[in-house]
Amino acid sequence: MVVANMADFNTDNMKMRAQLKADGLTEVKVLISHPMETGRKKDDFDQLIPAHFIQLISATLNGKTVLEAQWGTGISKNPYLTFRLKDAVVGDIVSVTWQDNLGKTATHNIAVTQA
Amino acid sequence: MTENKMQRRGFLQCMAAAVALVLIKPINAFAAIWNSSAFEAVKLDEVTNHLNVEVEIVSQDIIIMAPDQAENGAIVQVEVTSNIANTESMAILVENNPTPLIAHFTFTNGAEPYIVTRIKMAETSDIKILVKAGDQYFSNTKNVIVLENGCG
Repeated sequence: MVVANMADFNTDNMKMRAQLKADGLTEVKVLISHPMETGRKKDDFDQLIPAHFIQLISATLNGKTVLEAQWGTGISKNPYLTFRLKDAVVGDIVSVTWQDNLGKTATHNIAVTQA
Repeated sequence: MTENKMQRRGFLQCMAAAVALVLIKPINAFAAIWNSSAFEAVKLDEVTNHLNVEVEIVSQDIIIMAPDQAENGAIVQVEVTSNIANTESMAILVENNPTPLIAHFTFTNGAEPYIVTRIKMAETSDIKILVKAGDQYFSNTKNVIVLENGCG
């Protein structure tokens, strides 16, 4: 049962874009479908909805870690994130991986394009 | 009798091993371990203690872009830039949330000290940004008036 919980999310749950801008910085935008339940909300039957939220997220550029984040329950539902990278060129691969408190995880890779 | 006990012990040991296996989570991409004590702390100063912050220097070099007024506290977009040299990490805190620590970001290998994300705000509060640069911590705040609570 627990093993089934750890099955990877389909990468359809993530949308990403990495664009090299005129200022030489690459802007990476990430959108993840995730409920980000705090564990404090009640459902229609007055039952607490269990906490379900992303705890760890990391980004790499060509396999090298560029960003590591820890999140709590205060990130909005369907999390949105923008970050910027120096030293990236068109064709470089940006990869983002997350893991939630139930052990679910997903990864999405995208190539840097010219804005 | 003794044999039964032995069998039971063997069974229990087997179960313990199975439970241990299930509890091991995939470590794969993540060097960091989720800082549960900081994220579960309910007061701002408890959070900063758990982040090992002793002294904070207020700095206008931390630029916080957020609305002065948020219609819906469930989605408040925050853009943070640190102009402090050698910024290593950045934490987002909301003082009046049930658990103030929202997120913690660490930048390496050419990532700019810049983040845009969307956060939940339970009520009108200061958003506080904590920046670590070398051995020092810097902070800045921005107040956001929340018209409709977003932490249900």
